Amino acid sequence: MFALKRKTKGEALFDIVNNLIMLCVCFLTLYPIWYVLINAFNDGNDAMLGGIYWWPRVFSLKNFDAVFASPGIMQAMGITVAKTALGVLVHVFFTAMVAYALSRKGLIGGKFYILLGTITLFFNGGLIPTFLLNRDLHLLDNFLVYIIPVMFSFFDLIIFMTFFREIPEGLEEAARIDGANDWSIFLRVVLPVSMPVIATIALFHGVYQWNDYFAGIIYVNNPDLQPIQTYLFRVVAQSSSNQMMVAVQGSSLTKSVTSQSIKLATMVVTTLPIVFVYPFLQRYFVKGMMIGSIKG
Amino acid sequence: MKPLLSPKIETGSGPKSPLWRRLLAQRHLQTMALLGVVWMIIFNYIPMYGLIISFKDYNIVKSIAEAPWVGLTHFREFLDDEDLVNVIRNTLGISLIKLLIGFPLPIIFALFLNEIRSLRYKKAIQTISYLPHFLSWVVLGGILATWLADVGIVNNILLSLHLIDQPITYLAEPSYFWTIIISSDIWKELGWSAIIYLAAISGVSPEMYEAATIDGAGRFQKMWFVTLPAIKSTISILFILAVSGVLNSNFDQILVLRNSLNDSASNVIDYYIYYTGIVSNRFSYSAAVTLIKAVIALILLLIANQVSKKINDTSLF
Repeated sequence: MFALKRKTKGEALFDIVNNLIMLCVCFLTLYPIWYVLINAFNDGNDAMLGGIYWWPRVFSLKNFDAVFASPGIMQAMGITVAKTALGVLVHVFFTAMVAYALSRKGLIGGKFYILLGTITLFFNGGLIPTFLLNRDLHLLDNFLVYIIPVMFSFFDLIIFMTFFREIPEGLEEAARIDGANDWSIFLRVVLPVSMPVIATIALFHGVYQWNDYFAGIIYVNNPDLQPIQTYLFRVVAQSSSNQMMVAVQGSSLTKSVTSQSIKLATMVVTTLPIVFVYPFLQRYFVKGMMIGSIKG
Repeated sequence: MKPLLSPKIETGSGPKSPLWRRLLAQRHLQTMALLGVVWMIIFNYIPMYGLIISFKDYNIVKSIAEAPWVGLTHFREFLDDEDLVNVIRNTLGISLIKLLIGFPLPIIFALFLNEIRSLRYKKAIQTISYLPHFLSWVVLGGILATWLADVGIVNNILLSLHLIDQPITYLAEPSYFWTIIISSDIWKELGWSAIIYLAAISGVSPEMYEAATIDGAGRFQKMWFVTLPAIKSTISILFILAVSGVLNSNFDQILVLRNSLNDSASNVIDYYIYYTGIVSNRFSYSAAVTLIKAVIALILLLIANQVSKKINDTSLF
């Protein structure tokens, strides 16, 4: 069959050009990341000489040793892991719970609840009133500021509801005949069959939690509560690379590392977990994005 | 928007039973729903109410209700501010160029990626292309700072090609700021934005392509006359959303890449709100600017929606 479908000259040329374009896109996407990676794995003082383009010149793990030996960085990393894990758990559970209730027909006030939520998609109070609210709720310098103000999203709720509506009614009725109430139906029937949408929302919120640095800037002064992205922000954006050096001083590693090389190693350590997770979740989020964005 | 309620009927209570009996039957569901409503009232609606401080002289000591009314003072102050022109120029300039270049590029990328024959190869390119979406702007800021430093790779290459005589500190030069912002944004989001178009393209019926082949259409013609019209409504919806977000500069990105040296090109409305509010503690003034921004954004959304409805029958509402 294949041999019968011969390409014309134009087709062949098109395929070649197209493949070249795609290769360029891939190269342009990967190379900047690769560049950071090889420089992070290179001896710091040697890297300062420049000229490392394809492969580490003086391979060294010292930068990573310094990162892992620095209490400040590890503390910030711990905060990030904690806020991501807890944040995802709370966000997914709470949003799914409300979505389950709102997806039932006959819910008294359901239309009104949905109107309330839809309005929030288009209007919000913005930075200052939100800041004042969190201050009045005593969330400043409080770990919970990373969790509670973002534990619910009406946009994610719509994605959940779209999915819940596809669940066969028989499943729920069978549970009801067995004497289950709405809570146990939600927990034991609806959640277990909703893994694809849970994975989508968990990934979206997980990426948000992992990458967010702004909450750490405006709501938190205590350095012990600062997430790794905020830590990195203070170093990168304010280019006070001294802060990094101060952070690793006393680790006796300072001879072969520079502030620049530690910065690169920190960037790598910060990013790796997410890069490992996303290929496994991608078959879910493509579908999740479809449901969420277009079917309006 | 399509109705969000499912066609399911609450069991154990017919629609004719009295309200209190139905409420009792669905007390668990009501609890779940009301927890969400309470959250929304606190975290969405109280801040909306909080915007009234733009008409007041709020300070930290008093409560919002106690603060004295000052009418439109803060709004007038913004219109008289010497930064106004610069802020608006930066916000609109960056956004419009993003719209002009950053909006069509993912569509083009999706169209061409769709023409890749090998499924495995296509999948690999896709996976690579949205990798940057998962990097944070802070990390990306670090990458850019490394690349654009005076001893960075960009200067090295340009120097060795004798295109420049001495290293340029790109992030300290306002004239390069927009280019850096726009290209790094495209770099980060190209693949991710294309997902939605690829999904739409995958829904186009193969018969359309067969019919076009029989009519003698080449690859480009099929792209132009079959694929593109088929995803037109997806493009329109995303365009309406993009237009309504024109005043939303990518704040995470701006905050990472801006500094006092490139301020004349990097001070956008979102940064201005942040700076006047959080850094300088001018809460009421900052809230007034937020309100102005929200009103303009709403008008833009309505205009884009109407235009799209007229031109190609697609609209959000």
